[in-house]
Amino acid sequence: MKKIQILGTGCAKCQNLAAVAGQAAKALGAPYELTKVTDLKQIMSFRVMSTPALVVDGVVKLSGRVPTIDEAKQLLG
Amino acid sequence: MRSTTAPSLPLRLLAAAAGLVAWWWLYRHLAAFSAWFTYSVAGLDRGSHLGSSVEFFVYDSPKVMMLLVLVVFGVGVVRSFFTPERTRRLLAGRRESIGNVLAALLGTVTPFCSCSAVPLFIGFVTAGVPLGVTFSFLISAPMINEVALVLLFGMFGWKVAGLYLGLGLVIAIIAGWVLGRLKLEKHVEPWVYENMSGGNGAAGDDGPAMTWSERVRAGTTAVREIVGKVWIYVLLGIAVGAGIHGYVPQNLMASIMGRDAWWSVPLAVLLGVPMYANAAGIIPVVQALLGKGAALGTVLAFMMAVIGLSLPEAIILRQVLRPRLIATFFGVVAGGILVVGYLFNWLL
Repeated sequence: MKKIQILGTGCAKCQNLAAVAGQAAKALGAPYELTKVTDLKQIMSFRVMSTPALVVDGVVKLSGRVPTIDEAKQLLG
Repeated sequence: MRSTTAPSLPLRLLAAAAGLVAWWWLYRHLAAFSAWFTYSVAGLDRGSHLGSSVEFFVYDSPKVMMLLVLVVFGVGVVRSFFTPERTRRLLAGRRESIGNVLAALLGTVTPFCSCSAVPLFIGFVTAGVPLGVTFSFLISAPMINEVALVLLFGMFGWKVAGLYLGLGLVIAIIAGWVLGRLKLEKHVEPWVYENMSGGNGAAGDDGPAMTWSERVRAGTTAVREIVGKVWIYVLLGIAVGAGIHGYVPQNLMASIMGRDAWWSVPLAVLLGVPMYANAAGIIPVVQALLGKGAALGTVLAFMMAVIGLSLPEAIILRQVLRPRLIATFFGVVAGGILVVGYLFNWLL
């Protein structure tokens, strides 16, 4: 099962990323688990410098912006 | 492999060139258009209050909106060349003074969202960017943004915009340098330094190089997001300016906020620091204050204080900085804005 984590402290962009990631995951059809990480120390453990960030199975795939659904599908790939 | 749905690059470039030409033509004819619209179409009298206001609004609104779209697009493309990771690499281990200048400049072009202030701070500091240099970046990034500059240029001319940019950079550089000299590292929350990463090549260090097509898309996304968010404030600001332009006699409150009231600058900075507004949102206030006779320099200092520092920002930074450091940070920057406020008044 794909583990998707959205890193962000809660601003509008983080919500958008979560929505886009969720839609992309649904479109791909594979089982997935989506969690939002808002705790700062946890976010820092991924060494990200700009939120929001998309982490798939423990690997940071994108940080700092919200991708299009197609992009997200590729990143979740 | 060329996609069959997206237009090819030469076609895109042609469209872009045509767009620029059309933009330029429209821009040059705005003044004539607004006069024609106000006096011929709407039939208002020249020299009347309403006529003055309407002409001002019809001229300024498209002018500022067009400038905004063009500049936000351009800056969006420029920003696609910079990432926080790259900036960090450029700044890590730099000597101060040069580092401060570089950080302040990079702060204007690196994509920055205030919600990322803390991850960015931690990322810089743990990779060996000196504290003072990091501060220079954190001061210039929110304060010197292209929306503020475009609006200042569109409403008050290039001298004002240029001064804002120049003095803003000076504040970022000097304040950051001063903060570095004060050796405040012990006032950073200890857990931040526990994560010393040595600036590893974290995932997506620079990312794969973007194609021009993607860069253009970065520009258009920026326009959609930024202009889409602020256009209402811009029009509001111009409307206020238009009303003042047509109706309010000059110097209503000159005695209180005019050039001669020496304490107007400290007061403006004191009021502005805790407040938060985006650059566009503060413009209606700026226009209103100016219309009532406030000195331009005082108002610009107020604007810098509002955009550059805020209570929400202090609260966010509390996660990584101890209260004493936050207070020093704000104090030094506020002090810088104060000096610049007096300088503005003297120069403008």
